[in-house]
Amino acid sequence: MSLTRENVAKVAKLARIRLEDAELDVMKVEINGILNWIDQLQQVNTDGVDIFSEQQAQQLPERADVVDDGNIVDAILANAPEKAHGMFAVPKVVE
Amino acid sequence: MTKTNLTELTLTEAKGGLARKEFSAVELTQAFIGAIEQNRHLNAYVTETPELALEQAKASDTRLAAGKAGKLEGLPLAIKDLYCTKGIKTTASSKILHNFVPQYESTVTQNLWNEGAIMLGKVAMDEFAMGSSNTTSYYGNVISPWKEKARPEKDLCPGGSSGGSAAAVAGHLALAATASDTGGSIRQPAAFTGLVGIKPTYGLCSRRGMVAYASSLDQAGPLTHTVQDAALMLEVMASHDPLDSTSLNIEIPNFSSLLKSDLKGLKIGIPKEYIDGLGEEMLAEVNKGIEWAKSQGATIHEVSLPMTKYALPAYYVISPAEASSNLARYDGVRYGLRVEGATLDELYENTRREGFGTEVRRRIMIGTYVLSAGYYDAYYLKAQRVRTLIQRDFERVFKEVDLLLTPTTPGSAFALDEKPSDPVHMYLQDIYTVTVNLADLPGIAIPSGLDQKGLPLSLQLIGPRLSEQRLLNAALALEECAGFSSLVKDLRKAA
Repeated sequence: MSLTRENVAKVAKLARIRLEDAELDVMKVEINGILNWIDQLQQVNTDGVDIFSEQQAQQLPERADVVDDGNIVDAILANAPEKAHGMFAVPKVVE
Repeated sequence: MTKTNLTELTLTEAKGGLARKEFSAVELTQAFIGAIEQNRHLNAYVTETPELALEQAKASDTRLAAGKAGKLEGLPLAIKDLYCTKGIKTTASSKILHNFVPQYESTVTQNLWNEGAIMLGKVAMDEFAMGSSNTTSYYGNVISPWKEKARPEKDLCPGGSSGGSAAAVAGHLALAATASDTGGSIRQPAAFTGLVGIKPTYGLCSRRGMVAYASSLDQAGPLTHTVQDAALMLEVMASHDPLDSTSLNIEIPNFSSLLKSDLKGLKIGIPKEYIDGLGEEMLAEVNKGIEWAKSQGATIHEVSLPMTKYALPAYYVISPAEASSNLARYDGVRYGLRVEGATLDELYENTRREGFGTEVRRRIMIGTYVLSAGYYDAYYLKAQRVRTLIQRDFERVFKEVDLLLTPTTPGSAFALDEKPSDPVHMYLQDIYTVTVNLADLPGIAIPSGLDQKGLPLSLQLIGPRLSEQRLLNAALALEECAGFSSLVKDLRKAA
């Protein structure tokens, strides 16, 4: 699998990381190198093999549906780069 | 106490010294604070916390005098900077978290404080734990305290991602350190710096409050001078945590009090895929390990793990995929770096562009790609199925033998200016460690000798799930045979 610069730009968009043209070109070479190496996985016959693993065999633990935490607005906002009215502030989203 | 310098004690020796009132926790802590000040060139610490450490030390001295000592009372430790420490900056060595101050404590570190341990500071790592060299930290490279005999002017790599933890302990800037291991990040730095490093069974230690890299692989563990120290640290770090849904619901054994040198009657497997193509020096080291094991009453058996060569590529699909998901939270909105943008999307894109280093960006990109529509089956699901086959390999082998003995790394530490420049070459450093994370198994690295450059070499023991006691006991036996600490003492005398 060989990515084009357009493919890489699309992935960068999905990952929400802005890359300049020159960086896209470098990234393309690096990613293609890594993907090329990863492609050896295709040699493995995985027909009928589950993605089941020890971790998934464990049941997800459950707890009673009661409130046992909360009312910590100050702690939640303590690291906020921008806040207002007890909320995180971001550029306008809705037109 | 034969050591004149308090900072040269092991964790266990210091614990004994405090109990016998040979020195106070404050004196011990001050010794380390002084050592840290004099060794800043190693760049191991991101954040030093001397005032907090002395406050904790005073409280420890009070508890020691009152006979109320915890298991780690008064013992100064370094904490890898991905453990959230309440009120103390936690960066994961990334620019995107350069100003992040957690409002809560990680479970693992809380366990340490509950037993009276002391925090000297937060130590550096590869950014977001992605690396095997500690050359991707936003705060600059960490330098190993070790030097090559022939080229002592060269700065050497301490390994990664827990390079700061390794440099701090090996450099006597802390008695022990917390670290973490996703593909080898405890064991490989242990190998490069002559330390003991154990990655326990997945789920033994809580991941709550640990900055996440790959959630199905990450595990906390200690870096220490000795196996005895590792047993003590692990016993305190591990716990069942209802706030981590992958935390194993079991009682943690008292690893340190149950510790005894024991290899008698054990069947030790040597996986041939880990020996094929091994360099001469490392091969000689494994053979030494085999002779030691036999001398301690173990029998040696050749075994095969045919899926071994696919472990690294599988890891480099699964871990970036999980990382791309885990690192999606760093968006400049709720904490950390924010770089402005005209729209919300631009805010995200600019922040993440500025905030993430090149290796992290690369892995997020790979992860995003392998999870994207049209490629998910071919890459991610394929890798997950290969992972199942890797687990089955180990299950089969552990029906025939009790433990596996392998090299920890292909060779000793490299110089910082000679590190692999190609990403894939760097990834190959983890070839013997990554399988263990993929199979959720415990693995321990112990220093076994020195190579012709005068640098540490290491052997790894791998066990079935929840075999930590057996692993530690076997490691103790090998450690006694290796006599590594006397080798190091001789080195120091000669220097």
